[in-house]
Amino acid sequence: MELYDLIFYFFAIVTVVSAFMVVTSKNIVHAGFNLLFTFFGVAGIYVLLGADFIAVVQLLVYVGGILILLLFGIMLTNKITSVELRTGTAHIIPAVIGVGIFWGALTAIVAFKTDWVEVNTASTESTTIIGLGNLLLTDYVLIFELLGILLLVALIGAASFARREIEELKD
Amino acid sequence: MEVGLSHFLVVSTALLSLGIYGVITRKNAVMVLMGIELILNAANINFVAFSKYGNFGLEGQVMALFIIVLAAAEAAIALAIVLNIYKTFNHVNVDEIEDLKE
Repeated sequence: MELYDLIFYFFAIVTVVSAFMVVTSKNIVHAGFNLLFTFFGVAGIYVLLGADFIAVVQLLVYVGGILILLLFGIMLTNKITSVELRTGTAHIIPAVIGVGIFWGALTAIVAFKTDWVEVNTASTESTTIIGLGNLLLTDYVLIFELLGILLLVALIGAASFARREIEELKD
Repeated sequence: MEVGLSHFLVVSTALLSLGIYGVITRKNAVMVLMGIELILNAANINFVAFSKYGNFGLEGQVMALFIIVLAAAEAAIALAIVLNIYKTFNHVNVDEIEDLKE
């Protein structure tokens, strides 16, 4: 077994186990911190796939942004002082059966039933940043600009939602 | 067995299934958001894996970047909505919220 395989299995286990902890842990703050390890594991998998820029963006945006946002959401919507940090669960047994069947079928199809044709193009470039930048400003420039507008709209929308709350509290 | 495309896809299916499980079973709206993030990460792994093994160049990685941007926008908006729900109902349990306004 090569080093590459060992590293892959390490990151895969970290990702899946911590994702499992996220969806099963009773304490919502523990779930949030387990999400951190899931995002780190996924970033490692990106590195193994040769996507260095995506891995860095994953760390910056997910770990640095979305996870912090989610933790703020947890802290603002739960009464930390009381013991309200536990989160309820609903219809577990049907979900376990349904998702189990779904997962089993999907894994069987993906791993055993499909004969993937792998064209492993060993990249000669030392980094993907040049190629990504070229694609973003040529073929995908319209989507790139639209996403900029989307982010602006989302930012203004989120700010106005949160601001309304403060203004009503002042009254 | 050498690590190939199907290994990455299996990790991705596991993340997808766990995310769906989280979305279905958790009552807290923030936990539902975490499930959605897991699902988006699973899609991203697929895109990057196919980008490497499918001879598509970097197109899959560009799509992964777009998904990350969408996930950030989605998380910001959804948390603003969750904060408003908390202000109105004093809890964020999605199974007990039945009215659009108080």
